Amino acid sequence: MSSVPSDLLYSAEHEWVAGDAEAGSVVTVGITEHAAVALGDVVYVELPSVGDEVTAGEVCGELESSKAVSELYSPVSGTVTAVNEALSSEPSAINDEPYESGWIFKVEVSDVPELLDAEGYVAHIA
Amino acid sequence: MTRSPLHHEHVALGATLVEFAGWDMPVRYASDVAEHTAVRTAAGLFDISHMGEIEVRGADAAAGLDAAVVSGMARLAIGKAKYTNLCTRGGGVIDDLIVYRRDWDHFVIVANAANVETVTAELVERLAGLDASVKNISEDVSLLAIQGPASEEIVAAMCVHGADDVRALKNYTWCTVLLQGDVHAMVARTGYTGEDGFELFLVPDDAVEIWRLALAVGGPLGLIPCGLSARDTLRLEAGMPLYGHELTLATTPYDAGLGWVVQTGAARELTRPGLDGAVGLSEGRVPRGDFVGREALAAAKAAREAADADPASASEETRVLVGLVGASGRVARAGYDVYVGDRLVGIVSSGAPSPTLGRPVAMAMVHPVASALGTAVEIDVRGRRETMTVTALPLYKRAS
Repeated sequence: MSSVPSDLLYSAEHEWVAGDAEAGSVVTVGITEHAAVALGDVVYVELPSVGDEVTAGEVCGELESSKAVSELYSPVSGTVTAVNEALSSEPSAINDEPYESGWIFKVEVSDVPELLDAEGYVAHIA
Repeated sequence: MTRSPLHHEHVALGATLVEFAGWDMPVRYASDVAEHTAVRTAAGLFDISHMGEIEVRGADAAAGLDAAVVSGMARLAIGKAKYTNLCTRGGGVIDDLIVYRRDWDHFVIVANAANVETVTAELVERLAGLDASVKNISEDVSLLAIQGPASEEIVAAMCVHGADDVRALKNYTWCTVLLQGDVHAMVARTGYTGEDGFELFLVPDDAVEIWRLALAVGGPLGLIPCGLSARDTLRLEAGMPLYGHELTLATTPYDAGLGWVVQTGAARELTRPGLDGAVGLSEGRVPRGDFVGREALAAAKAAREAADADPASASEETRVLVGLVGASGRVARAGYDVYVGDRLVGIVSSGAPSPTLGRPVAMAMVHPVASALGTAVEIDVRGRRETMTVTALPLYKRAS
């Protein structure tokens, strides 16, 4: 069973959100361990750019692994304030530490859709 | 879905399982890149129980197979194996096969999982009327592959009898051994990874014991279990075709760079006397020394040579298999279109990030104008083009 930290919020598209998910605050986004296991080794990440406007539920990047490419959806709407540049040289961080060094981008939130809590996400992937 | 006899081993090892050709098979155990690298640097253990096996036996087995496939089989020596294609009369590829000659009147054929029933039916028809039986024995055979530079040492160490025979095997030859645990096995120096390696033919009841033996003996030498994801990136780097991708009913062996498997002339001379009139398909269809698809393949060969000599004049639909290496991280996957400028020149047949090269690689079927080594082509990767360079196959070759 993959790890689903209880202090995070989750999207149905397997992104996690850390921080206060409310307008005006900055949240950190990554993909869940469940998603990372399903993808296999991520070898390349197409990141959004700082300053990009992202919309909840819309594609904002790509994750390439051996078997497939998967799209990265933003779980919230807002403006990208930071991206994890270390992933360009060490994309394996997404597999090794999906909730820590494998974070992908940060967003200053303008709007938040309904997100799942850990219990809800566990039920979603069951 | 069909389960391998090793299903519970895979689950216990934490494998991610996927459906492949009706089988529930491991795609990876932990890291597909680490599994790939283990095969390039040490060894990997693969469950390839999904592969199909067909047995052809009888006094006319050699002659019948000789007429059924595009390579000469009558003169294949006992103890040897040969890679070949089974083609339609029009030259399209029904499947690619490895044929092992077990005895003068006994062949074992390994076919792709998805094609084993089609291949069996074709061989039954093509050998009809001969003294030869064709039987799908897939349920009676489990196939394990041990691949990588340490594989010889590992397989030899698994043997109670036959270790020296294993070490002496040349590529595409086989021997029989007694493995630890009193298990009889046929061991062939064949594989699908571009590395030295072996394939072990077992009865399914022995599969778990030998799987565990391979892990126990090979583990200290760097062997790890490997899934289908690593198998795919390994064969792609090695420029080996995959049925349904580089090989289809719509492609001839010449389109896929496999013209060398088509054999005529001396390779097909029958040395066993007494077969006059009995060679080939059902009455009247293929004369002695002939084989199914010969005429179409002769035309395909001529067309290939003409296209190579004058690529610009080749008809618009002409295709040839090339290797591609990219620069960026975005990967050209199977089915993506290949362009030179505005001209659509072909389609990617297989593509993945290469763990060995650290860059995206692919094989593609392209028009001959785009096939010269060094040609820059553009791949439409989901609406945005990525440049790749036509590169000689194989994209990876082991140091020999």
